[in-house]
Amino acid sequence: MDDMETTLQRIFASESRRVLATLIRLLGDFDLAEDALQEAFVAALRQWPEDGVPDNPRAWLVSAGRFKAIDQLRRRACYDALLREQADHLATQATVEMEIENAAIEDDRLRLIFTCCHPGLAPQAQVALTLREVCGLTTEAIARAFLSKPATVAQRIVRAKGKIRDAKIPYEVPEGAALAERLQSVLQVIYLVFNEGYLASSGEQALRHDLSEEAIRLAELVLALLAERTDQPDPECQGLLALMLLHHARRATRTDAQGELVLLENQQRSLWDRQEIQRADQLVRQALLSRRFGPYTLQAAIAAVHAQSPSSAETDWQEIVGLYDLLMQHMPTPIVALNRAAALAMRDGPEAGLQALAPLMENKALQGYHLAHAALADMHRQLGHQDAAAQAYTQALALATQPAEKRFLQQRLADLSG
Amino acid sequence: MKYLCLVYYNEAAMQERGDDHWQSLNKECQSYSGGLQESGVMLDGSALQPVSTATTVRLRDGQVSVTDGPFAETKEQLAGFYLIDANDLNDAIRVASRIPPARYGSIEVRPVRDIYGESSDAVPYAEALAQR
Repeated sequence: MDDMETTLQRIFASESRRVLATLIRLLGDFDLAEDALQEAFVAALRQWPEDGVPDNPRAWLVSAGRFKAIDQLRRRACYDALLREQADHLATQATVEMEIENAAIEDDRLRLIFTCCHPGLAPQAQVALTLREVCGLTTEAIARAFLSKPATVAQRIVRAKGKIRDAKIPYEVPEGAALAERLQSVLQVIYLVFNEGYLASSGEQALRHDLSEEAIRLAELVLALLAERTDQPDPECQGLLALMLLHHARRATRTDAQGELVLLENQQRSLWDRQEIQRADQLVRQALLSRRFGPYTLQAAIAAVHAQSPSSAETDWQEIVGLYDLLMQHMPTPIVALNRAAALAMRDGPEAGLQALAPLMENKALQGYHLAHAALADMHRQLGHQDAAAQAYTQALALATQPAEKRFLQQRLADLSG
Repeated sequence: MKYLCLVYYNEAAMQERGDDHWQSLNKECQSYSGGLQESGVMLDGSALQPVSTATTVRLRDGQVSVTDGPFAETKEQLAGFYLIDANDLNDAIRVASRIPPARYGSIEVRPVRDIYGESSDAVPYAEALAQR
């Protein structure tokens, strides 16, 4: 009996999201599909110990869920003739087996992802809905990860489902030109999830691995599902996956035993995850060769140069500045310009970096960004401008929200006067 | 499913673009909406007079209150509307993105509510199943 329970748990873990995605398509409603999924597993728990695990558990669960939903509609239909018609219609449809071939089920997972990441939903709602429906996280787990209340997350999800239903956001993978556009929205959601896990914007714990790994799994899934459809990997999806893997490979070295942040240059490179770096390197190379790459691939390429450099001193800053020049063409944002200036400082010295950075500090967005002031402070410090450095560190400190970053900046400021 | 596409832009900025621009934009709108009407996508629609002609009406405690102008001062003003018939939001977005003033202002896409046909949660299932 315990064996059966373990088997069911394993099947639930591997199949529940696929079964849900297909039930949403068959039933046309998120909530009805979720109830049906639960009931299907309850039915399996009852029936499988007697009859044994079916040959195709996935198809069995979809079919059971569908019948449970028909039952539910019929029960509700006592009050509503229209619902009764729908239940009958659903029951007389062509056998469900035809609709639950494995290929169709994989397409359903992609449909679910594109629906949850639809740009018509607010970004926070996209993230919450994706984590809930695609990744199967509980509302409580999502709330914990984002340091918000479960009720807030639940409300966000309810509202998003309401908009999907009322504005009729379709359950489809966009075709043609729209696919590339909508994929941007999917990749952005994945990157948001990753960043939330990688560096929490607030809270004591700087690193939360669970969400980062969830985002990496999601990117792997989207990459694989899209490749099946189009017969070629999407370069930007490869780029994003590589970028996340490269950050993730350094997770053990980003903070010290006391939880303090360790700068890239001081991280112990022998502890970086070589397997992840190698996989990322392959992805970046493939994406660059496609010539259809974009900002994610270029950011990954920059991270890959760092990851493959045997020591901080041996970093190929020439290559990195070149990649930033390319990135500026794709994504001319103040943050990219800031990072380019920091790379210039490394290649040509703090004087050159300061020359590039000073005019950028006119920008309002950078004026409110603590890392811009921190970079400015570092350059002044290296040039021996004690007062200017102290002023910039103080400014950075005032803007930083993350406790580990604050402590780091305080330390820098203390070192100046010391 | 019906969607109302509300066309907003900054009237002052539009005026600054001059008369030639205005005439050619109007022609463009005529030809786009003409095509939509022919294909049965557009059910109704119109351009509006500028907000300087607008009057806002409220009823408070049984008293009608009438004020000059739109109800809220905003950067962009309502300039026209398209009532369209679309399969779903993606379809509606496709139509809305080609409305010529989308290049200058914004188009708000709102699903039309059927206040006669609403009953509990019957609508989504009906629509989902009707499609199939």
